[in-house]
Amino acid sequence: MLTLTIDGRDVQAEEGKVILEVARDNGIYIPALCYHEEVAPYGACRLCMVEITRRGRRRLVASCLYPVEEGLVVETNTERVVNDRRTIMELLLARCPDLAAVQDLASKLGVDKTPFRLEDKKCILCGLCVRACEEVVGVSAISLVNRGTNRQVASPFYEAPDACIGCGSCAYICPVDAIGLEDIGDTRTITMPNPRMQKIEFKLKKCSKCGKYWAPEKQLDYIAKKAGLAPEEFDICPDCRD
Amino acid sequence: MKRLSSPIELEAIRETITSQRDPNKPCITICSGTGCHAYGCEKVASAFREEVKQRGLDSKVDVRTTGCHGFCERGPLVVIRPRNIFYQRVRVDDIPEIVSQTILKDNIIDRLLYTDPNTGEKIIYEPDVPFYKRQKRFVFGNNGYIDPTLIEDYLAVGGYSALSKALFEMSPEAVIDEVKKSGLRGRGGGGFPTGIKWESCRNAASSDGVRYVICNADEGDPGAYMDRSVVEGNPHSVMEGMIIGAYAIGGHEGYIYVRHEYPLAVKNVQLAIKQAEEYGLLGNNILGSGFDFSIKINRGGGAFVCGESSALMASLEGKPGEPRAKYIHTTERGLWDKPTALNNVETWANVPLIINQGADWFTQTGTENSKGTKIFSLVGKVNNTGLVEVPMGITLREIIYDIGGGILDGKKFKGVQTGGPSGGVIPESLLDLPVDFDELTEAGSMMGSGGMIVMDEGNCMVDIAKYFIGFLEGESCGKCVPCREGLKRMREILTDITEGRGKDGDIELLERLSTVLIDSSLCALGATAPNPVLTTIRYFRDEYEAHIKEKRCPAGICKELITYQIIEEKCPGCGLCVKACPSGAITARGKKEPVVLDQEKCIKCGACYDVCKLGAIKVE
Repeated sequence: MLTLTIDGRDVQAEEGKVILEVARDNGIYIPALCYHEEVAPYGACRLCMVEITRRGRRRLVASCLYPVEEGLVVETNTERVVNDRRTIMELLLARCPDLAAVQDLASKLGVDKTPFRLEDKKCILCGLCVRACEEVVGVSAISLVNRGTNRQVASPFYEAPDACIGCGSCAYICPVDAIGLEDIGDTRTITMPNPRMQKIEFKLKKCSKCGKYWAPEKQLDYIAKKAGLAPEEFDICPDCRD
Repeated sequence: MKRLSSPIELEAIRETITSQRDPNKPCITICSGTGCHAYGCEKVASAFREEVKQRGLDSKVDVRTTGCHGFCERGPLVVIRPRNIFYQRVRVDDIPEIVSQTILKDNIIDRLLYTDPNTGEKIIYEPDVPFYKRQKRFVFGNNGYIDPTLIEDYLAVGGYSALSKALFEMSPEAVIDEVKKSGLRGRGGGGFPTGIKWESCRNAASSDGVRYVICNADEGDPGAYMDRSVVEGNPHSVMEGMIIGAYAIGGHEGYIYVRHEYPLAVKNVQLAIKQAEEYGLLGNNILGSGFDFSIKINRGGGAFVCGESSALMASLEGKPGEPRAKYIHTTERGLWDKPTALNNVETWANVPLIINQGADWFTQTGTENSKGTKIFSLVGKVNNTGLVEVPMGITLREIIYDIGGGILDGKKFKGVQTGGPSGGVIPESLLDLPVDFDELTEAGSMMGSGGMIVMDEGNCMVDIAKYFIGFLEGESCGKCVPCREGLKRMREILTDITEGRGKDGDIELLERLSTVLIDSSLCALGATAPNPVLTTIRYFRDEYEAHIKEKRCPAGICKELITYQIIEEKCPGCGLCVKACPSGAITARGKKEPVVLDQEKCIKCGACYDVCKLGAIKVE
């Protein structure tokens, strides 16, 4: 364990943790849109910037990536941090003015308008869906393609991806609810926030006991294969199991 | 070729090579850098070979194609050694005369000499040409003497003697100490002390002992090509530096990450690696020392951001070239998470010099905190464009006026962009600034990799800022919000200003965005991107204000803010502009009658302005 100071408070932390984790463990709020404890930190949204003092030098670092150190002095709300965060929020608000999650966070940070021209993008490019698909699910059905302002989340060639198992992890982890997921009848439909991509459809499995459609067949096949189970193990939905 | 297995064998082969060469035998060296290739140097070289052969002079005259000499403006360049007679803009038709007159009769051909535009004097010898006179060519100097495709040429000028010295007379720690003492700083842009980088890399823990060495040859700044010319023109010097560096950090594998758009560089390095391996200067048991090191070439995929070290390493690993945070340095966790020493081409090429001649020699050149020389690519509105290697601490005025020969067409100097697209524009008031890492940073610009773009009174500074921001916006990887979204917004604001839609508060908004980019970007591309905007605001604020408040472009560049007009009293109606106008906006009214320009049809291309020799067209 080591000791560092966050906003004037001495806090204990395990070596190897990053500032953001330690702050959250201690109830100190740092905003972030691209951070999730289940996937590797990425450092894209830059909302979690904090000011650190190290060997007498002050600078801003991304708290989701900066490993804690003994004696590190962290400030999460200096004028510089707050101003930069607001400008970043203005940039995101101009990109995605219609996303409720972006509006809410903006207003929480004191931003209610943006000086920039409005666009109508649905995705903030935090990369959480891509990381979840690769790191948690292990299929890498989607990725970030193109460069700069043309960057987007997409499947290979914008087609319905063979690798996708329809699990919906991307929709679950998306911090701005930009990925649509809908189960109607025997079909699950996933809608990516990319105008070049069609809706992706999956056939759902019917529970042999209650008749409810409960999970994409492709996902169940994937789990069965991965866990070395017989496909019949998934004939019954979790609710109907003993 | 027998592999060399000791320093004695290396010196013996060197002795054999030099003893077969008569230093007084005329040698026609033809610059074969990419610039001279574009001018047709290949035909010039084969014409020389043919002429020499036809006249039966094979044994009396050598013909050698060399690396880039630097004075690209005047290519194809031919230097006749050992007298160093300097011929410029040589054409195939000139070759018989050069051979019959200069080689055989010692006569100088006047029309092929360089004329100093300032004095009108014709200059015969290469070292007397003002472009070369003020240079100090430590790294670049051998380019003009050796054929980069022949390792024997490199050996003849003392090549690989530093490697032999390092391996047999110095411990790895002693090599690091020497480099630390030399004060060598990274030539790629960051200016980080090389010796300290190597030391951290050597000391960093590696579970399996693997450490990598990388040469960053992903040069991408617009208008900059010094790394290309070193790799093309003297690949062995870069490789020798890398082998010494690998020995110092304890690494056995190295990569040269070179732009795919540099085919000649790739070709020459491939050849150099093969030759060095055959000689036992690369591979297992180098020179019998027991030290192993191999080099592989990796061609870049075309992204500018891959010049950033962590993005370069990601690209080398086969991943998209995107940077990562470097709170844990690449010297500890770099390529495939192993300690990695990455240096720029020019940094590596300095290493053999330091090892051979010592840190004390190296520190004699330069300023207190920037030692040695730096190669700049001097381009833009300057008379002598090309590559110049100068001692650190030289002033911008000396580079632009003494070496560069001043501004094109006698126009007035306005600013010089140093350090590539993310450097800054330095104004006339700072022309006496000594050029080193710290002074340039102090002035709001940077050394960067050594681009130097000279601008004259005809350049609009808002337009320049827009150009560089647009370039960087296009090259941003898009991973982090400040760089991706911020640069786009900066470009939009700058476009508005140049198109007459600028408004109060735009300058302040540009400054606010700049702060966020500097503070919060993930990598140095974003963090340095605001430099062109901030320096042009700092030094040319009145120009921004003229655009915003008066809707006027003082330099006469921004189309939406200017009109072309005929000065009737000066126009004799010659009709040159009528022919030049692509939109039919100018009508002739007969001889001695001034022409008429229809503003509705005018597309403001400036063709009339450029073609009018009487100054009868003005821009307002």
